[in-house]
Amino acid sequence: MDLTTLTALELSTLIKSGQVTVMEATKQTLEKIKEREQSYNCFVTVVEEEALSQAEEVQKRIDAGELADSPLAGVPMAIKDNICTKGIKTSCSSKILGDFKPPYSAEVVERLEKAGAVIIGKLNMDEFAMGSTTETSFYGATLNPWNVEHVPGGSSGGAAAAVAAEEAYYTLGSDTGGSIRQPSSFCGVTGIKPTYGTVSRYGLIAYASSLDQIGPIARNVSDCVAALEVISGYDAKDSTSVKNEEYRYTEALVDDVKGMRVGIPKGYLGEGLDEEVKQGILKVAEELRKKGAIVEECELEGIDHAIPAYYVIASAEASSNLSRYDGVKYGYRTENFEGLQDVYKNTRDEGFGNEVKRRMMIGAFVLSSGYYDAYYNKALRVKAVIKHAFDKVFEKYDVILGPTAPTTALKIGENLDDPLKMYLGDIYTVSVNLAGLPAISIPCGVDSKGLPIGAQFIGRAFGEKDIIRAAYSYEQTHEYVRPTL
Amino acid sequence: MQITDETIKYVSALAKLQLTKEEEERAKVDLGNILGYMDTMNELDTTGIEPMSHAFQVSNVFREDVVTNGDDRENLLANAPAKKDGCFVVPKTVE
Repeated sequence: MDLTTLTALELSTLIKSGQVTVMEATKQTLEKIKEREQSYNCFVTVVEEEALSQAEEVQKRIDAGELADSPLAGVPMAIKDNICTKGIKTSCSSKILGDFKPPYSAEVVERLEKAGAVIIGKLNMDEFAMGSTTETSFYGATLNPWNVEHVPGGSSGGAAAAVAAEEAYYTLGSDTGGSIRQPSSFCGVTGIKPTYGTVSRYGLIAYASSLDQIGPIARNVSDCVAALEVISGYDAKDSTSVKNEEYRYTEALVDDVKGMRVGIPKGYLGEGLDEEVKQGILKVAEELRKKGAIVEECELEGIDHAIPAYYVIASAEASSNLSRYDGVKYGYRTENFEGLQDVYKNTRDEGFGNEVKRRMMIGAFVLSSGYYDAYYNKALRVKAVIKHAFDKVFEKYDVILGPTAPTTALKIGENLDDPLKMYLGDIYTVSVNLAGLPAISIPCGVDSKGLPIGAQFIGRAFGEKDIIRAAYSYEQTHEYVRPTL
Repeated sequence: MQITDETIKYVSALAKLQLTKEEEERAKVDLGNILGYMDTMNELDTTGIEPMSHAFQVSNVFREDVVTNGDDRENLLANAPAKKDGCFVVPKTVE
């Protein structure tokens, strides 16, 4: 029996009932990885030995009855390469961290291990999560399992592609401006970006700390929700972690949207949106209406200015966060130096790729004396406008519906040399990060090129249950469509 | 936005990057385009609106000043590009 086509929860049921062992499941996934990695390149590192010994250990714990309350126990999964795993290379898909083996694990990794997860490897991404295609990885691009001439999206491209390619049952990505949702959309899978502060960032290698949030990617809403329950919760090691006791998201897996108020911002279906994607979103609206939801157009102000504000803030924080890579304490060091300044400058020039350098330069510029107010402070003011605009919408609506991305997956190389064009693809996702809100991307059909379309539900702060209920209800109207692998 | 050679030199010094001539030329074009686009923020009137650092109310987080971790020197030095006698090695910086 091919176990790899099952969902995470289907597999865990078979494991719990003793029909399948954790070892069998892990070995099958490792086989699939060997068979398919040449085609898709989802992983930076596969930890076969560690996974097999973890499988053995988890099986023992299951047999001892320890993991009865842990729905994902024994299910093989993988983690984006910007989340620290003790002793396992964590490169951020960058040359500068090429040899970095963290001395500690991220909080989410500790929680997963406690819940009996079997970690099989680290997933490819845009370098330091800066990009929307996974083409900026130092370890080569990941290809879209639906069509290898297309990108998987980014920056969590490996995390979304691995789920689509059945090389992992579920994965963890990170989302700073859409990096979980957009690749989920491009790869026809489901991804959740939780409310800022829901999941600990301890051990997540920082890109833009005020926007970064870790979240799950899986083949359906239920799997995502099971993973989200494992990783959510207050952590004293992250000073922005929120003390929220309400993490029982599984309760929201209800096929019922009767009376739910769904707003579609007018600007979300306007200029720049691919017609087939638009039709996909309208179909979701129609299905929800049939189930008794009230779906209306609404106003969401300031959205046109979200992208420039996002790139100012994210670049500013990146230039500050990435100043730690100096070739002294860990990571790559240049061989070409005389004094200490040379170590810094040459290490960074040789160690970082183009997009990372570009954002650090922009960040340094917008924070520099004379420009700070015009750019950085202005962006923070725009952020305030956007936050208030969302607040206004949520006075009247429970969730917002819209596209995840303006198009389906782009061709490889299409926007790589035009950063501005690439940034514009983030139109529907970045404002969510600026406002700190939760959002989910779910597949809603396939376009005429055979590429999946993604719909996005956005909720009010800590309104995960609303978006889960909306997404789950829509999901029940159709079968999961898998790529031809 | 017009970006001058001086600006590129200044910004790359701030970012601690030793750019090649070619990278500098490319950065001039890219930064010009991107900053020009960022200027479109000015179309939005934000008079009277305070800059917002955090989307939610946050306050400083304090804890008791008690050491909870032990000596982890070997572990922390394990990733160092160069080390000696339990320390990181860097080129001589003080004559």
